[in-house]
Amino acid sequence: MGDDLAVRCTGLRHAFGDTVAVDDVDLSIERGSVVGLLGPNGAGKTTTIRMITTLLPAPPGAVAVFGVDVARQKLAVRRLIGYVPQSLSADGALSGRENVALFARLFDVPRKVRRTAVDEALESVGLTGVADRTAATYSGGMIRRLELAQALVSSPRLLVLDEPTIGLDPIARASVWERIGDVRAATGMTVLVTTHYMDEADQQCDRVMLMHRGRIRSEGTPAELKAGAGDDATLEDVFRLATGDDLGTDTGEGIRNVRAARRTARRLG
Amino acid sequence: MSALRAGPPAVSVEPVHRGPIGLLVSRAGTMCLVELQKLRHDRTELVTRAIQPALWLIVFGETFTRLHAIPTGDVPYIDYLAPGIIAQSALFIAIFYGIQIIWERDAGVLAKLLVTPTPRISLVAGKAFAAGVRALVQALVVLVLAAVLGVGLTANPLRLLGMCLVVILGSGFFCCLSITIAGIVLSRDRLMGIGQAITMPLFFGSNALYPVDLMPAWLVVVNHVNPLGYEVDALRGLLIGTPADLVLDIGVLVVAAAVMISVAAALLGRLVR
Repeated sequence: MGDDLAVRCTGLRHAFGDTVAVDDVDLSIERGSVVGLLGPNGAGKTTTIRMITTLLPAPPGAVAVFGVDVARQKLAVRRLIGYVPQSLSADGALSGRENVALFARLFDVPRKVRRTAVDEALESVGLTGVADRTAATYSGGMIRRLELAQALVSSPRLLVLDEPTIGLDPIARASVWERIGDVRAATGMTVLVTTHYMDEADQQCDRVMLMHRGRIRSEGTPAELKAGAGDDATLEDVFRLATGDDLGTDTGEGIRNVRAARRTARRLG
Repeated sequence: MSALRAGPPAVSVEPVHRGPIGLLVSRAGTMCLVELQKLRHDRTELVTRAIQPALWLIVFGETFTRLHAIPTGDVPYIDYLAPGIIAQSALFIAIFYGIQIIWERDAGVLAKLLVTPTPRISLVAGKAFAAGVRALVQALVVLVLAAVLGVGLTANPLRLLGMCLVVILGSGFFCCLSITIAGIVLSRDRLMGIGQAITMPLFFGSNALYPVDLMPAWLVVVNHVNPLGYEVDALRGLLIGTPADLVLDIGVLVVAAAVMISVAAALLGRLVR
């Protein structure tokens, strides 16, 4: 599995009961690139990254992160990854600094550099001035930046962001992407991001993979994909061509909103 | 490190390499620290959680001490009761940790924790110890209250350390029992219901309020399979010097906590699928 790729998935598949969420996905991400996994809700994006990040089981040989098999060496893979989940997940009862320090400890950042690492992570996302306030007082955009700091404090080689701008206002969205851009420029880190905002993917990603009903339907640089779809085409047009579907149309057949439906079902008992 | 202001920690931070035991200790320490940090930010919980044990000691304890309705030998009833109330207080804190886990699942915190290089068993053990530390802080409040009410508590530091160990083990067990139930029912509302349904039977099915000698035969059996019974017995022996089989009590608590940590860790994955 030793190769030059940051992520390699081969024949990746996952089903929730009878519902196939990820269906025979082959995926390669080059080191240092920003790759967007695009698609509507229920396309299988989140399930794919949950398999890459060890949250869901993957069969041996199906997923490797920097050549390390996810199925066989989970802890080693986790040391390579910084992960920001879809929901705003900072602990409101802790200060910003404590939130970041928690992850520095969980990633075994040595004590002698921990304070500096935490300070720099906070500074990199522009939260130094409010670091000692509890996260409960932060806005949505600030919490998202705090989560970025949590993910970055261990200097991961792969940053995985699941819908990082969902629910944020345009200014907060721009701010989050600005920070991601800074990170990439400063560290050359590989970034895998899922989104269903086509405009963001167009502007921010080196490559995009369009996912629909558990499969990758098309991939390339945004420019390549748009050029292939005709003059003045947008990524949305590319998606329609690749799937014969409209982003706003419910795909039905149980794949859309798989996770949301399961969570709602749990909540309702 | 300071050269790259635009980016995150720019040096590649070489992590400390730890063995399984080192990881366990490190994660337990981290989770305990988080609990203490939360308490530092919001101390109201210390006060609100002290109300119920205070009522048990002041109202129930004082009244039944005067009534002499429950024979406890040479030991005043309020002295007899105080260790039971410490155990009850710890139980009430720990048994709802499963709700916190479900909240963490819903908020994405659990997923984030599970993507750190932390074995699930270390994560659960960390939560268990954190529950123990939280319960211990509460136990100290109850101890002070008991001392104010004139309960004849030990001042022996070793015995007080023993009390800390027992509270942490007992709380760790009930915390993991709660996480286990959370891993089975997966829903906050169901867990709330089950938590409320089992807490009082665990409390009344133990020797927290009355001696085992006074229990009907069936309740003696319940007390013998109830880890709270061993916790209370050990606390009573350590704090007020009643006869107690400390080796058995602590042994049962260690084994029960270890088993429950393993079971809860095995079920943790269900919560994030």
